[in-house]
Amino acid sequence: MIVLENISKEFNSKSGKVKAVNNVNIHVKKGEIHGVIGYSGAGKSTLIRCVNLLERPTEGKVYINGVETTSLPLPKLREARNKIGMIFQGFNLLKTATVYDNIAIPLKLLGYNKAEVQNRAEKYLEIVGLTDKHKNYPNQLSGGQKQRVAIARALAQEPEILLSDEATSALDPETTDSILDLLLKINRDLGITILLITHEMNVIQKICDHVYVMENGYVVEQNNAIQLFTKPTHPTSKKFLNTISQRNLSPALISQLHVTGSVTRLTFVGESAGKPLLAGVSKKFNVQPNILTANIIELKNGIIGNIVIHLMGEKDQVNAALQFLDENGVGIENLEGQS
Amino acid sequence: MSRLEQFTDQWLPIIGKSVIETFQMVGISLFFSVLIGIPLGILIVLTRPGQTLQNKFLYQLSNLVINIVRSIPFIILLFFILPFTRYIVGTTIGVKGVIVPLVIYTAPYIARLMESALLEVENGVVEAYTAMGIKTRSIIWHVLLREARPSIILGLTISTVSLIGATAMAGMVGAGGLGDLAYRFGHLRYEVDVMYATVFILIVLVQSIQSIGNRLAARLKKD
Ligand SMILES: Nc1ncnc2c1ncn2[C@@H]1O[C@H](COP(=O)(O)OP(=O)(O)O)[C@@H](O)[C@H]1O
Ligand SMILES: [Mg+2]
Repeated sequence: MIVLENISKEFNSKSGKVKAVNNVNIHVKKGEIHGVIGYSGAGKSTLIRCVNLLERPTEGKVYINGVETTSLPLPKLREARNKIGMIFQGFNLLKTATVYDNIAIPLKLLGYNKAEVQNRAEKYLEIVGLTDKHKNYPNQLSGGQKQRVAIARALAQEPEILLSDEATSALDPETTDSILDLLLKINRDLGITILLITHEMNVIQKICDHVYVMENGYVVEQNNAIQLFTKPTHPTSKKFLNTISQRNLSPALISQLHVTGSVTRLTFVGESAGKPLLAGVSKKFNVQPNILTANIIELKNGIIGNIVIHLMGEKDQVNAALQFLDENGVGIENLEGQS
Repeated sequence: MSRLEQFTDQWLPIIGKSVIETFQMVGISLFFSVLIGIPLGILIVLTRPGQTLQNKFLYQLSNLVINIVRSIPFIILLFFILPFTRYIVGTTIGVKGVIVPLVIYTAPYIARLMESALLEVENGVVEAYTAMGIKTRSIIWHVLLREARPSIILGLTISTVSLIGATAMAGMVGAGGLGDLAYRFGHLRYEVDVMYATVFILIVLVQSIQSIGNRLAARLKKD
């Protein structure tokens, strides 16, 4: 559905050349939700704007539905853009138009007849739950409601793809959740493929199937969401993970505990989450597990349990216990020095 | 009462004629100034570096022309372009003769006010519409000009007021109007009442135009 092939983008700014995106490959299949996460300035916006060619990549190719859009002439590119909706952090609504007109005007400009314009405007206002606000102006709405109008406007062109540039970054946590629910709903009910960018890990956690971690223009790690949340390898991925689940204990505490055993993070995913493994360990081996921290991360496609334990006991017993857990599908990470 | 009657009997026709001349000059030159100024304003916004139709040459050229014209005081412009005026309208006197300098004086001013009005429109909205695959021409009309309407109205109001000021100097080429009346009778012939009357009319005129403009802009503005 969306394929970005070796995309690079270089800007000529006053202070010299800036390579905002560096040789990035992205492949989003139909019906999936992919997320790019990175700190401010990582190149996320530039990357997502390359998808609908608001930004022309200096190198690489963009394919939408198998068609290479990077080489299309402008009229054909406009047609391709009709199939790609986009929402933004700043909503980008017409201030001087009502909610209804904000949805109807683009449809009119795209050449739909009156009846169709009205049909669609009403239908998508209903879907985003703003039918009763259709006569209001944007400044009379809350941030979340404005974003709903923007979503309705994007949906009204009946796109196959929705791009989201930090759509929830200006919203409070509760409103963020409700917008994310809405995105999940349109993905599920309308089958719309979504590519989003964000700097908030909870956005990825809630709705993404696949994650790209971006830094300094590079994708430094990518994986399906469950894999990335259980086995992050790049330090930046780990930092982002720490923002939603406390993964670090103080080094002082860990080295103190190491005297009498190992400090280990256990990660339970899928079927290993259902078994009473930890209880079994203390019966089978001469060890005493002491839970230091525990949490559960609910992802779109599964649940991950994280437990940091202090396994007290003799070295060989501890090792045997860990091996047993490993064999039963539990992720093991030794918090030796620190991670 | 009789003094007032005497005054109106004597001056009302003359003042009325001047009011009509002022309206004519302001109306006609505003029309042509808008016709030139608004597209010129759009041009400098769209050809500005980083914009949709960026074009360094056109951008700098139009900026240069606007700045040059705007740095010449109207009274000097009036005489400076006499040959050009004669070439365009065939005469350099009367209402006809003053329209050309008034337009040349006002159009660049309108262009500048248009520029700042259009630059106030968030680029993000333009981007959102581009991303939907909407044509640049539609975006100019339905996004840029639409969103800038309140500021455009205010800009046109300011231009109209400054145009009224400029027409006052048009008496120099025998175009008549309120300013000319005040100058010829009030100043040269010491008819103080005429001076007061014209000044009063000018104040009322400017006040009404400004408050109509303000009200219209406020109604179009939704935030
Ligand atoms: N139009 C531009 N001209 C010059 N530099 C730009 C432009 N757009 C973005 N950049 C630079 O590219 C880098 C990435 O920016 P951006 O894609 O906005 O990052 P993010 O969205 O991840 O915060 C930044 O260093 C930014 O300054
Ligand atoms: Mg950004």
